[in-house]
Amino acid sequence: MQLLNMKETVAFMALKKPAAALSILLLIGSLVSLAVNQLNWGLDFTGGTQIEVGYENTANLEEIRKVLEQSDFKDAVVQNFGSSTDVLIRLASRDGVKPAELGDAALKVLKEADDTAEMRGSSYVSSSVGEELTEQGGLAMLVALVCILIYVAMRFEWRFALGSVAALTHDVIITLGLFSVFQLEFDLTVLAAVLAVIGYSLNDTIVVCDRIRENFRKIRKGESEDIINTSLTQTLNRTIITSLTTILVLLALFFLGGATIHGFATALLFGVLIGTYSSIYVASLVALTLGISKEDLMPTEVEKEGADQDAVV
Amino acid sequence: MLNQTPLWKYFAVVIVVGICALYASPNLYGEDHAVQISASSNAVIDGATLDKVSAELKSANIPSKSIVLQNEQILVRVPDSDTQLIARETIEKALGDDYSVAMNLAPDTPKWLESLGGTPMKLGLDLRGGVHFLMEVDMKSALSKSYEDMVGDFKSALREEGIRYRTVKQIDDGVEIYFRDEEKLDKAEFFLKNRNRDFVFSNKSDLVLLVKMSEQKLLETRDYAVKQNITIIRNRVNQLGVAEPTVQKQGPDRIVVQLPGIQDTAKAKEILNATATLEYREVDLEHDVRDAINGRVPAGSELLSYEKGGPQLLKKKVIVKGSSIIDANSGVDQNGMPKVSISLDSKGGAQMLNFTKRAVGKPMAVVFIEYKATDERDENDKLIFEEKRRVISVATINGVFSNKFETTGLDSPREAHDLALLLRAGALIAPIQIIEERTVGPSLGQENINLGMQAIIWGFVAVLVFMLAYYKKFGVVANIALTLNLVMIVGIMSMIPGAALSLPGMAGIVLTVGMAVDANVLIFERIREEIKEGRSPQQAIHHGYDSAFSTILDANITTFLVGLILFAVGTGPIKGFSITLMIGIATSMFTAIVVTRVIVNAWWGGKRLTKLSI
Repeated sequence: MQLLNMKETVAFMALKKPAAALSILLLIGSLVSLAVNQLNWGLDFTGGTQIEVGYENTANLEEIRKVLEQSDFKDAVVQNFGSSTDVLIRLASRDGVKPAELGDAALKVLKEADDTAEMRGSSYVSSSVGEELTEQGGLAMLVALVCILIYVAMRFEWRFALGSVAALTHDVIITLGLFSVFQLEFDLTVLAAVLAVIGYSLNDTIVVCDRIRENFRKIRKGESEDIINTSLTQTLNRTIITSLTTILVLLALFFLGGATIHGFATALLFGVLIGTYSSIYVASLVALTLGISKEDLMPTEVEKEGADQDAVV
Repeated sequence: MLNQTPLWKYFAVVIVVGICALYASPNLYGEDHAVQISASSNAVIDGATLDKVSAELKSANIPSKSIVLQNEQILVRVPDSDTQLIARETIEKALGDDYSVAMNLAPDTPKWLESLGGTPMKLGLDLRGGVHFLMEVDMKSALSKSYEDMVGDFKSALREEGIRYRTVKQIDDGVEIYFRDEEKLDKAEFFLKNRNRDFVFSNKSDLVLLVKMSEQKLLETRDYAVKQNITIIRNRVNQLGVAEPTVQKQGPDRIVVQLPGIQDTAKAKEILNATATLEYREVDLEHDVRDAINGRVPAGSELLSYEKGGPQLLKKKVIVKGSSIIDANSGVDQNGMPKVSISLDSKGGAQMLNFTKRAVGKPMAVVFIEYKATDERDENDKLIFEEKRRVISVATINGVFSNKFETTGLDSPREAHDLALLLRAGALIAPIQIIEERTVGPSLGQENINLGMQAIIWGFVAVLVFMLAYYKKFGVVANIALTLNLVMIVGIMSMIPGAALSLPGMAGIVLTVGMAVDANVLIFERIREEIKEGRSPQQAIHHGYDSAFSTILDANITTFLVGLILFAVGTGPIKGFSITLMIGIATSMFTAIVVTRVIVNAWWGGKRLTKLSI
């Protein structure tokens, strides 16, 4: 079986203008949304109290809101979580109650109203911890990008390094943009997913760059653009299959992993799609625009193909 | 001949995979409901305890699978959770307060496997259920207390030395001493500098001496405040009857407390917040202890138990309160005997001086006061705490002393160590605050396990089917590698002592399953290309593996880098995810490159082939 049986080289780079336009459009859209709507930060980042309550029968959200309102829990956000019997309640701080004890107090009220209410989980995060986490998360992303920049520049060439980092930044911003546009909750697991997107997209980009480098060395004739087209065509099958298997498992996570993991799966699913696109267009386009050429990729000393690979089976 | 594997490589692969499989196997066995008994500081667990426990269970007709004494703990395995509850209550009643009896899930790993160090993966709190607290020590008030002590200390020292000062004032980050003339200031600075090497002196103006703690001392003070709290929290956690609690320092001023399996979090918080204190008291020598034991306790005195020397009759008047204790450390004196060195603040020092002046040769006792939670609650639904007083040390006063003294005559270094711990526990501590709390109920934990498992299984099956359909016989090879990869991840996770599987960790495994085939896809696509270019099947296999290798290596190293950064910067769920991701990358490289090559060589290597099933 063969997904795509390409006899001819696909002229990927013929579409470079529309692709660049699309990427820039998506980037601008994401940045505007991030500036205007911002992210719907989850409890991990904002701090606060949140409880998860399970009921025997379908939970009546209106009723729960009313009960909480009457007991002075104002501005409580009540929503279903995962199933119709589970409810997630976010509590605003309340005078006279320590924030760490807010959850217990609210649960007591709910239990009095309906004794099938069962505490399934609760979280309290102080605002200082939330702020730290935001800083740490941003830092983690920057450090990751810089490390990758350095590694790829060392292993390949600075044009590729800039290309891959551009592709990664592109993926991260657009994934964040998606969360901002749809106001999906951005919690700690989503942050982990965004960082995993960096890992995945990079994986893809490296494979493409590797092939481009190889072809620059092997094919002595032809324009840079043609060589990039050839390389992208050669790796296209692999790119699609790997994305497909990854998407398969992510779909399993998305549908079966439960509410806690939903945001994580959403971020990764979208990230893998955008990452697949960016490894074809963004990374190589940037490298091409920066003027990558055969001379840049010639090995400094002549090495026999596969000479350094004896150690492997 | 192309594509032959040397014999040693077969062995190496079999051994590596075999070891991982061996250590993964404990996860196949279930867990027993169990009751775990451990001793507090003033009790020991030995054969007699074991006999007592088994006799007690027998007389109460409680069935048990096994009762074992191991690592100074007794583990009683019982058939089900109902029995577990009854067994715990029975044992707790029979053994009394000196033992902590906790409910636990003990892995049902066979003996031979356990003796090899095989244990199942630990589950994180989100899968097991339990509470996670992050507490922060209020450093500001801890330091403020130290500055207060400095003020008192400087005042009395200067007074004793006869250096006149105008005033000593505590400021935000140190102490200011005001003088009337420069000469006094210089004299005081010289004197105090020699006396206190931990402080940094500077002149704020001609008449004001500014004293700050040295960096070293500041660090020690902070560290001490955290350690003191950790000691106290550990003590209290033992009261909760949790099987495997974690109390750990995190960063400069934080403490992580994890209590797996706890369900009543409100109770846990109340117990953690309860205070302990202590008092130095005079032993009543004017009355007979025996009379008091018989019920005639004189007014102004009280009878308290003392583990080491029988009940003690103490005067009710307090000499020095625990809140005056600054530090207590165990060590050895010049004769090599164990001792505890104690420092008091200036107020306590003055009180102690007053008392010891007229009490040389008399015994002095330390009373430890703890608040233990009862199972009752008052009308406000708060737990009722019972005050427990006991004597932890009685010592004869050998001379007049004030704020620094030593307790000697202890039987063992262990006793000295325990006494120092208790003294510190009873001292005024820097207040702590819960800054993060996460509770996962047991039902949610089980649900998370089920959901995670389902996602893994279905994701796994989907990839297996796809690979088989797409690459046929080579797909079979990739699928074997993928299965072994999963086994190896589980095996390594079980081998690493600190690693716990969490829900994000399970997500990491799922993601690894999806990405692990990438290496094989790369290799197989290469082989197809080589065949298209007209190479013979054997050569295609050889070149396919060779040329895909550096690509796979680069791609995986960079992803691994990301995992490493996640691990270094992240906390909690992010760490869990990054650990499985990194392990997954390492194992998938091994299975996808080495293991598949061995299988491919064994299957097709050295044969005359005209076509490949790829």
